[in-house]
Amino acid sequence: MQPLLMGLAAIVAGVGGIVVLYWVLNTAVEQLPAKWEDRLKPYVFIGPPLALLGVFLLWPAVRTIYLSFFDARAAEFVGLDNYVRMFTTPRYLESLGNSLIWILIVPSLSVVLGLFVAVLADRLKPTTEKIVKSIIFMPMAIALVAAGTTFLFIYAWSPPGTGQFGLLNAIWTGLGGEPQRWLAIDTARTNTILLTLVLVWLQAGFAMVLLSAAIKNVPEDTLEAARVDGATEPQIFFRVVVPQIATTIVVLLTTITIFVLKTFDVVWVTTGGRFGTDFLPVTFFRELVVVRDQGMAATVIVVILIATIPIMVYNVKQYRRQEAMA
Amino acid sequence: MSSASVPTVEQDTEHDRAPAGPAASGKTRRGKGQILINAVLLALCLFWLIPVIGLLISSFRPRDEVLNTGWWTVFANPLEFTQQVTIENYVEVFEAGMGAAFINSFVIAVPSTVIPILAAAFAAYAFSWMRFPGREVLFIIVIMLLVVPLQVAFVPLLRMFVGMGIQGTFLSIWLAHSTFGMPLAVYLLRNYIGSLPREVIESAKVDGASHFQVFWKLVLPLSVPALAAFVIFQFLWTWNDFLVATIFLRPRPLTVELVQLVSQFGAEWHLLMAGAFVTMAVPLIVFFSMQRFFVRGMTAGSVKG
Repeated sequence: MQPLLMGLAAIVAGVGGIVVLYWVLNTAVEQLPAKWEDRLKPYVFIGPPLALLGVFLLWPAVRTIYLSFFDARAAEFVGLDNYVRMFTTPRYLESLGNSLIWILIVPSLSVVLGLFVAVLADRLKPTTEKIVKSIIFMPMAIALVAAGTTFLFIYAWSPPGTGQFGLLNAIWTGLGGEPQRWLAIDTARTNTILLTLVLVWLQAGFAMVLLSAAIKNVPEDTLEAARVDGATEPQIFFRVVVPQIATTIVVLLTTITIFVLKTFDVVWVTTGGRFGTDFLPVTFFRELVVVRDQGMAATVIVVILIATIPIMVYNVKQYRRQEAMA
Repeated sequence: MSSASVPTVEQDTEHDRAPAGPAASGKTRRGKGQILINAVLLALCLFWLIPVIGLLISSFRPRDEVLNTGWWTVFANPLEFTQQVTIENYVEVFEAGMGAAFINSFVIAVPSTVIPILAAAFAAYAFSWMRFPGREVLFIIVIMLLVVPLQVAFVPLLRMFVGMGIQGTFLSIWLAHSTFGMPLAVYLLRNYIGSLPREVIESAKVDGASHFQVFWKLVLPLSVPALAAFVIFQFLWTWNDFLVATIFLRPRPLTVELVQLVSQFGAEWHLLMAGAFVTMAVPLIVFFSMQRFFVRGMTAGSVKG
């Protein structure tokens, strides 16, 4: 019961504290001459959240970049050693290669499946459409480790001759194959690909929801005009609909890519990165928690950070363009 | 996406089908196309549900059954299954630590959701309706932080929390989650608060209301849909989080407990399935009861952005 009480106290203290903090700051600023009040008040409003971000995210991020030039115990400056190690050691190279597979498969497959469902479900009766979408969307709510455990069961192996309770092996042996330890097969990256499917299962619904909203926003008269011009349905879809939802597709591809780059849970709970399934976020976690090499952990995450910079730039540009239009 | 996803329509029937209207003409062709669509979607839905169905059924089967026959065999002998149904697996995982973990998950998720939201709303208001030097730059920083992987803060944050003497406590994870959720909160809420009609805000100002009053009495009540969307997001995120909890918290929430179960009882599938379902239960309830807000929040946040 004790943690429960603590939680309650935290809510009261946290919420109450923030209300009191804002009230006090606001009252204080209101005592100032009007000119100063107007100048300072915005900073009162944005102060607390920006302070949190600065202290617990921005500053540590800068420190991390700095630490990536230090040794395992963050004691001795080693220059670019960690980076050299990262790009020359087979273990890390494998992790980099697998990351590429994750980035190539998960965002694109999720978007394609999401688009597929969004377009088809649009033609159903409203109630049926809702049910279909709920089902596809549902895995979004599930914890990644729980999803990983679920698929671990689907990919499970038991010795030949015994009952195969793993679904994939049941189908495989039903087709006449020998039971396989699927997650131990790294030929053609089979295991990594099987694991990416878990994330596709989770993310396709996310893509579907956004794409569905975007498709419903496509003005009817543009479709009508194309029909009058004698365009076929596939032509209308690819030449009229797709260009109008292109922004949403890009947003999805970038958002899911970012998500993939920080998501280690599925691999951690299934293979722990063994059998050649290591990839960057898993490597980071292992370096930090198991190997306890702070310099290397920092280096891995800096590499991930660098990979996200193009997306960051794109988002900022996109925001600027919208502001200019508004 | 190939043309298979869109039922092909001959060129001579240009007005064949309105995109969403079941009332369109061309009934026979439409009928066939519709059956195909239904079949494809049904297959896809089954595909999506199978993992969860298998998990749920297995979690109620006795150990020997789970390890000897596939869960799908229960459909062949439904009567036998109903006689075997057991909650023993759930009792066992609860006693193995999932009970305490359940409480810990709440203690993590609720404050981590409630604490950041008010501060984020204040900031969103300022970014939308106040002019001040640095506004643009600060908001761009928020947008940039939106995509920064949270792990980038971990190494220094661990030392910082140790230095503050709070490493391993709930306080540290509330701080961490509040911070990591903040960019999305500010961004989502600014999108919403910024789209409130200008006249409403300005007429209140003309009536002599201060920013504080406008925010408190007008903007906050109007923003309930966006606030609700963020609450659902952040609650699901913090409840489902494994990474932050395993690094910053000593007591174990459900996700950490589940990973512990997997490494401890790798082959005891009846327990793992029960454990996995306990972990999923609350998010699924939240999801199905609040889906509307969830969808609205997501589309508000991302279609625009």
